[in-house]
Amino acid sequence: MSFDIAMTIQRGDFARDIAIASTAARVALVGPSGGGKTSTLLAIAGLVRPNAGRIDIGGRRLFDSKAGIDLAPRERRLGVVFQEGRLFPHLDVRANLGYAGRADAAAVDAMAAALGIAPLLARWPRHLSGGEARRVALGRALLARPAALLLDEPLAHLDPVRSAALLALIDRVAGDLPLLYITHDHAEARTLNAEIVAL
Amino acid sequence: MTPIEWQAIAVSLRVAGLATLVGLPIAFGLAWLLARRAFPGHALLDALVNLPLVLPPVVTGYLLLIAFGRDGWAGQALGWFGISVLFRWTGAAIAAGVMALPLMVAPLRQALEAGDERLEQAAASLGASPWRVFATVTLPLARPGVIAAAVLGFAKALGEFGATAIFVSAIPGETETLPLAINALLQVPGQEPAAARLAGLAIVIAFAALLAGQYWQRRAQRHRA
Repeated sequence: MSFDIAMTIQRGDFARDIAIASTAARVALVGPSGGGKTSTLLAIAGLVRPNAGRIDIGGRRLFDSKAGIDLAPRERRLGVVFQEGRLFPHLDVRANLGYAGRADAAAVDAMAAALGIAPLLARWPRHLSGGEARRVALGRALLARPAALLLDEPLAHLDPVRSAALLALIDRVAGDLPLLYITHDHAEARTLNAEIVAL
Repeated sequence: MTPIEWQAIAVSLRVAGLATLVGLPIAFGLAWLLARRAFPGHALLDALVNLPLVLPPVVTGYLLLIAFGRDGWAGQALGWFGISVLFRWTGAAIAAGVMALPLMVAPLRQALEAGDERLEQAAASLGASPWRVFATVTLPLARPGVIAAAVLGFAKALGEFGATAIFVSAIPGETETLPLAINALLQVPGQEPAAARLAGLAIVIAFAALLAGQYWQRRAQRHRA
């Protein structure tokens, strides 16, 4: 079972039950905005604490309220690509990519080449376009050598051409890595060959 | 410039330097608590930090005298280590530091409140330890606030008068800082030229500190969005 999640998360004044169980390597959480998709992703990443429940990814137990298990975000080894990118504004692209410290300069260069951002390595995040920033965020997450990849609406606010290019790139670089992909668009899920879980 | 005037400048720089150096990390800790943590007594701590700003400096000096006196809690604690700050330049630094603390906490708190906690979350999700998150994300992003706090704190410490006079009095070469020396000179007929020279110097030092602060601030912000 690659994703086995059953938890209750607090959303404002009310609690919401989330259940995701899939043996597929790729799962797409599809639902309207405001439906709790981002909260779910943040809970899986360990950045928001569920009220109760259990989170298993790739056979690893990350959270279990009954057993008192709650791994810190840095121990979860999940590559998170946040909706807003969250690049470090005081570090150039190369330093952003290598932030996790698990990759040498050659690996950073190889990743930059694979993502088509090699010419941007010396740039500052504020000089990147939206699509470029997404690629850097994706590379940064992958270079942390995660056990799974979580992506939160990575195509939001991109034009159709750039969206298609980035989606193909995600499909390619993610490879066999377990992938949790948040979107409101079923077509994106189908392109990634992901199992759709409605939320 | 007479040796006595130079002495006052040396004491001032030493006192303000120590007050800023030791006060800055304390101010950062307080600012972090106030900006990032919710706890019972938050409002009380906030008020306590800002108290020296509104209290008559003489009262602050008097309270320090009680706390650091031989029978005070702080005085007894330091006494264990054979240290006394009464009538010492280190005592003057304590007075200056306490008076400067609210001015150092304010810009740091502002920087930490404006700082993006989501970037710290991103760093943690990339495997960074809490200490690494602090050193590589929180602190660098708060740098303009740290610079503002250092400059404001140093300038305030340099000019502190009331609390210092009460707490450690004015001992030339030990606790007599620029403002205390100017005050002493103004009490003596015919010493106005010396007082004016020191006053001019105080202006030059304060001005230089502000200009240096602006320069560092610009450098720190060069790569920001």
